[in-house]
Amino acid sequence: MNLDLSPEHDLIRETVREFALERIAPVAEELDREHRFPYELVAELADLGLMGIPIPETYGGGGGDTLSYAIAIEELTRIDSSVAITVAAHTSLGTMPIFLFGTEEQKRRWLPELASGRRLAAFGLTEADAGSDAGATRTRAELHDGSWVIGGSKIFITNAGTDITGCVTITALTGEGEVSNLIVPNGTPGYEISGPMRKLGWRASDTRELSFRECAVPEANLLGRRGEGFRQFLEILDGGRISIAAMGVGLAQGAYDLAYAYAKEREQFGKPISTFQAVQFKLADMATELEAGRALVYKAAWLKDQGRPFAREAAMAKLYTGELSNRAVNWSLQIHGGYGYMDEFAISRLYRDQKILEIGEGTNEVQRMVIAKHLGL
Amino acid sequence: MKIAVCVKQVPDAAAPRRLDPQTKRLDRSGEGVLNAFDVHAVEEALRLKEAAGGGEVLLVTMAPEGAQDTLRKALAMGADRALLISDEAAAGSDLVATSYALAKALEREEPDLVLFGQQASDSDGAVLWAAVADRLRLPTISQVAELSLAEGRVRGKRQTEFGYDVIEAPLPAVVAVSDAINEPRYPSLKGIMSAKSKPQELVSLTALGVEPDRAGDQGSRTEVYALGDPPARGDSQKISDDGSGAEQIVAFLVERRLV
Ligand SMILES: Cc1cc2nc3c(=O)[nH]c(=O)nc-3n(C[C@H](O)[C@H](O)[C@H](O)COP(=O)(O)OP(=O)(O)OC[C@H]3O[C@@H](n4cnc5c(N)ncnc54)[C@H](O)[C@@H]3O)c2cc1C
Repeated sequence: MNLDLSPEHDLIRETVREFALERIAPVAEELDREHRFPYELVAELADLGLMGIPIPETYGGGGGDTLSYAIAIEELTRIDSSVAITVAAHTSLGTMPIFLFGTEEQKRRWLPELASGRRLAAFGLTEADAGSDAGATRTRAELHDGSWVIGGSKIFITNAGTDITGCVTITALTGEGEVSNLIVPNGTPGYEISGPMRKLGWRASDTRELSFRECAVPEANLLGRRGEGFRQFLEILDGGRISIAAMGVGLAQGAYDLAYAYAKEREQFGKPISTFQAVQFKLADMATELEAGRALVYKAAWLKDQGRPFAREAAMAKLYTGELSNRAVNWSLQIHGGYGYMDEFAISRLYRDQKILEIGEGTNEVQRMVIAKHLGL
Repeated sequence: MKIAVCVKQVPDAAAPRRLDPQTKRLDRSGEGVLNAFDVHAVEEALRLKEAAGGGEVLLVTMAPEGAQDTLRKALAMGADRALLISDEAAAGSDLVATSYALAKALEREEPDLVLFGQQASDSDGAVLWAAVADRLRLPTISQVAELSLAEGRVRGKRQTEFGYDVIEAPLPAVVAVSDAINEPRYPSLKGIMSAKSKPQELVSLTALGVEPDRAGDQGSRTEVYALGDPPARGDSQKISDDGSGAEQIVAFLVERRLV
């Protein structure tokens, strides 16, 4: 057994950490306050090959493994969740379906732009009445004269409406109880995108409602075969969970870093609050849980890279780090006292950015359901 | 165009540093990083190579074997290969011994241009480039904040207290760069992945023709006699900010004619 990261993984961590500190940290508060999508940062991340880490180089990606990807997402989230989810949703939800299930032609058409980060992609699964029960999709697509004509709507879709979004892959009913995935290019007549949704956190990330009215896409935009949509999105979510779990570790680490620095600096009763056992124990608990959470995420990533079953560990990692990040931001803000409640202290943003990690790509309850199923229950 | 960049592995500035009272040397057992000035030198070499449309950027360092991981960053940025002078006999080398070994390696490689970061964050000697240039009998320009090459000559702009010196020298030459010269790139993912397969050659001192009595402690002409803590800071004054903190600081500075 060897728990050391390879020198490449170390260097990826070091590079993304530096990038996040030098390029993202100075603007994170402003992007959040202005609800501004980080176009410039996305372009810089694209130049570094970080917008398509696990996609092979032949398709314009970085040719990295899942562990590299998880480490990069972790380090981004440590500084800013909006930027991290933009990369993660684009990679795991937007690009991955086309890479995994697309025909060679679809891959050639889309992947070079997406994996290089010149364009973004989204994945539209959730509907107003189909959330945790994602299979209950009501959006329909019917084949007419060589075109799929789509009617329906999606909600909470990340990266769907940026100026550089190329397409969204949506789930739709293509027959009774038959769910299929379709690629819908942005700009297709009948495909309308709402304004940005206003939200508690992830404020610099793009979240939209989509509506499809008599929206026709070529028959060839079907992803994989008819009726495989359900199986496909489950597989997409299994992989996506590793990146959301990496966000949980990164966010908890970021919250811990802030609490640690603040506790050493802040004095009350004539000494740094870090000398009080109550504060020390919180930091000790956070550091301990971080080790456990990170190990779980890396194990899930490692299993995937080995080509072994990883869905159980991915769900466990997402569940554990989602809840861990909740405790971490809560304790970190507590250690900050009233200052932590103020916008100018980064922990207030981290606190708001946390909750979604226990909801998106399957709520905590859904993770427990998935894990229970793996336990044979 | 072959550009050699001499780089050094230094202890991570973020980690606490320690002097070993026994050997009187800096404790280098912790994580090593690439000296920050050297990262600027690597960046400049890559830019020169890119501007020339080709060539080779070679890293040269004298360090223990573990330095390969540190060199990887510079290789990931785009350097083509690395030469690591690694030899137990090199331990304890001072400026005289280090410059001799580096000069021997550079003699073997015959680069058109040798770049250095102007100083290292651990020892802050800021003279190694001069010593190497002297051994190679090459012209040298230091503190360079802007660099260009044309027609077999190197031109450097050196920042001084009052303005700039512009200095030219024929190639080959040795140039020490300041950190104002450029904004180093981040290694790209592709660069990181390909660094693994770039050649890193390990050479011993003997292989370079460095005589045993000219390396390490034996080849060094300086000796550290004593280590001491820096003197405790004297008459310091702590200003707590009760709203007038800024005024108090200004008054303090004015009183000492510092502003
Ligand atoms: C910022 C943001 C970005 C998002 N990005 C995307 C995206 O890019 N693409 C996309 O498709 N979706 C996206 N989503 C949607 C997200 O995946 C869903 O919100 C999530 O799956 C939960 O669905 P829901 O909101 O409908 O909640 P519901 O399913 O209505 O759940 C409500 C509550 O009931 C619980 N619950 C539901 N069923 C059960 C059960 N059987 N047993 C126990 N408890 C249960 C849930 O755990 C939850 O606590 C995003 C959401 C947000 C907020």
